[in-house]
Amino acid sequence: MPAVRGDGMRGLAVFISDIRNCKSKEAEIKRINKELANIRSKFRGDRTLDGYQKKKYVCKLLFIFLLGHDIDFGHMEAVNLLSSNKYSEKQIGYLFISVLISANNELMKLIIQSIKNDLSSRNPIHVNLALQCIANIGSREMAETFGSEIPKLLVSGETIDVVKQSAALCLLRLFRTLPDIIPSGEWTSRIVHLLNDQHLGVVTAAVNLIDALVKKNSDEYKGCISLAVSRLSRIVTASYTDLQDYTYYFVPAPWLSMKLLRLLQNYPPPEDPGVRGRLTECLETILNKAQEPPKSKKVQHSNAKNAVLFEAISLIIHMDSEPNLLVRGCNQLGQFLQHRETNLRYLALESMCLLATSEFSHEAVKKHQETVVTALKTERDVSVRQRAVDLLYAMCDKTNAEEIVGEMLNYLETADYSIREEMVMKVAILAEKYASDYTWYVDVILNLIRIAGDYVSDEVWYRVIQIVINREDVQGYAAKTVFEALQAPACHENMVKVAAYILGEFGNLIAGDQRSSPFVQFNLLHSKYHLCAAQTRALLLTTYVKFINLFPEIRADIQNILKSDSNIRSSEVELQQRSMEYLQLSQIASTDVLDPAAVSGAALHPARQ
Amino acid sequence: MLQFMLLFSRQGKLRLQKWYVAHPDKQKKKITRELITTILARKPKMCSFLEWKDLKIVYKRYASLYFCCAIDQDDNELLTLEIIHRYVELLDKYFGSVCELDIIFNFEKAYFILDELLLGGEIQETSKKNVLKAIAAQDLLQEEETPQGFFEDHGLG
Repeated sequence: MPAVRGDGMRGLAVFISDIRNCKSKEAEIKRINKELANIRSKFRGDRTLDGYQKKKYVCKLLFIFLLGHDIDFGHMEAVNLLSSNKYSEKQIGYLFISVLISANNELMKLIIQSIKNDLSSRNPIHVNLALQCIANIGSREMAETFGSEIPKLLVSGETIDVVKQSAALCLLRLFRTLPDIIPSGEWTSRIVHLLNDQHLGVVTAAVNLIDALVKKNSDEYKGCISLAVSRLSRIVTASYTDLQDYTYYFVPAPWLSMKLLRLLQNYPPPEDPGVRGRLTECLETILNKAQEPPKSKKVQHSNAKNAVLFEAISLIIHMDSEPNLLVRGCNQLGQFLQHRETNLRYLALESMCLLATSEFSHEAVKKHQETVVTALKTERDVSVRQRAVDLLYAMCDKTNAEEIVGEMLNYLETADYSIREEMVMKVAILAEKYASDYTWYVDVILNLIRIAGDYVSDEVWYRVIQIVINREDVQGYAAKTVFEALQAPACHENMVKVAAYILGEFGNLIAGDQRSSPFVQFNLLHSKYHLCAAQTRALLLTTYVKFINLFPEIRADIQNILKSDSNIRSSEVELQQRSMEYLQLSQIASTDVLDPAAVSGAALHPARQ
Repeated sequence: MLQFMLLFSRQGKLRLQKWYVAHPDKQKKKITRELITTILARKPKMCSFLEWKDLKIVYKRYASLYFCCAIDQDDNELLTLEIIHRYVELLDKYFGSVCELDIIFNFEKAYFILDELLLGGEIQETSKKNVLKAIAAQDLLQEEETPQGFFEDHGLG
């Protein structure tokens, strides 16, 4: 349909056309500046502008601002429009202000005065404009000025429904700015009773407010629980003709249902057995409906229906008290895991993470391990794959840790760079938590370094060294494995660090084998020396001095390295110092000085290597 | 609650921006730029939801326009998609088969309609009929006002 301006602001339409016809950014800026100059002169001009013209120019300014250009005038004219008794002028004035005025603008007092006037107007449309403006700006000053009036408007029997709705959300906005405006006591039960209002629009708006109030003070608003449950019950059992305008594509009041389910998640399961029974029935009904054939093929129907379903499952998980419901919820999500629609698979993976943490449903979740692993491998959308990773992490326990860690390592080989760091952490945590065989743990961490070395933080490799030091049973294995890893052509620097430390401590355990004799170990490490950063080289030097103690037969070779110019005269102070000191130590020759305890104990933490 | 809603074209031109939290202008521009780039880079069959910074983003494309909402972590994604759909339905009913041009030339109307649907970042009225009634009432007030400059604009002033 062609763009037609029914309200006559033809000048605006022409201006917008001009902008669209500009062939370049420069042309656009030129046209805008021309218009700004025109408007400036009109605002400053001798002839006072009438409301219509003011409205037109203020609207043009708004358009220019929304294009991305700064506007530094026009605010006064916009504020003037507020006091017009023409609705369209008021409306533009309020829009300009909502978009452009910041809370500390000097015109705020005038604006607040206009709002006050409109708030007490007989015309509900004007009242709503005022409420909308307050909700849009929601500054502290507004909260202080209107904080006592809005609640009155909200609960008064004389307020019409349409205004009540706006008042509820306006009050919510102010409450978010200044929580003290609704004191406990006098307003509580009246606000809670809005849940029983005849008009579903009012209830929908009010439940948002109540949810926020409950989050601040759940005890005070406890009365909402039974009201929420009965309201929910009435909606869920309604046929699709009952709620008329509030039925959305054959789903009765989905937004309200969702909000009520959300509201109930602020509390533990209801104490009153009657209320509790009713709630359980509701949840069962919602789960049952999910199994019925859909009333419409439209995606809007399934989205609304499933939205309520997901929220119901969230509540079931939160209550964590009905094993039957938890298992049913889990099965429903399991069905969604293989749904055609990507959105549903995404949400199912997300919801299942929560189910995995509940002891009642943890086992049920594990049954879906294979499906989740398949998702990890085959989903095209990286955000869905991420949810699969999160779920595997959540469902991991002693029985499936090896498999899951294996799958995650596989995935890591080709994973997006944006998610590698998080994945590395997750794998490291799982490996440590569920290791029964520490050789497995060592393998996993070394694999991590090999696959995603750049994303292995210091904490991770400090940890593997700490564990190896504290577990005799794994020291020989660790030495052998790092030795082999070092032989790979492209060896990550973090691997060199780990290897240097471990061989320095436990290289003797593999020195008996000719293939990993002291000299071979030393050469292998030293072959990486010049490729490494200064910090790593410092670590290597410490390993060398440990070698002097472990393997006196290669002392001379090591001393040569320590003596070399690139070390003794290194521009890196740390390297210079270490080479010098270690060289001196080695020349003193007493075995006491180079006692392993003395050297390692003095700097046991890998960071100080 | 909704933190903001953006409407933008496939070329990345912003057609509407409604913010429900206060940010300095510079930050708004940065967020807008970065998010638009992220969304435009996504392929057609991908999920309608994504995590972006510490927000959840829900978006859907209708013809040449992307409708994009940022919501809090505990908000319901599927119903946010339906908020978008409801908004599109309202625009469609109001303009009669709405297209991008309608929103460009009648941008202020798009904001007025949105303000009847959402307030303070929460959905205000879920009945399509009631929202349209409210908009119609506004329009009626407008028509009753004599457009004074109307004659001037058309060279008859």
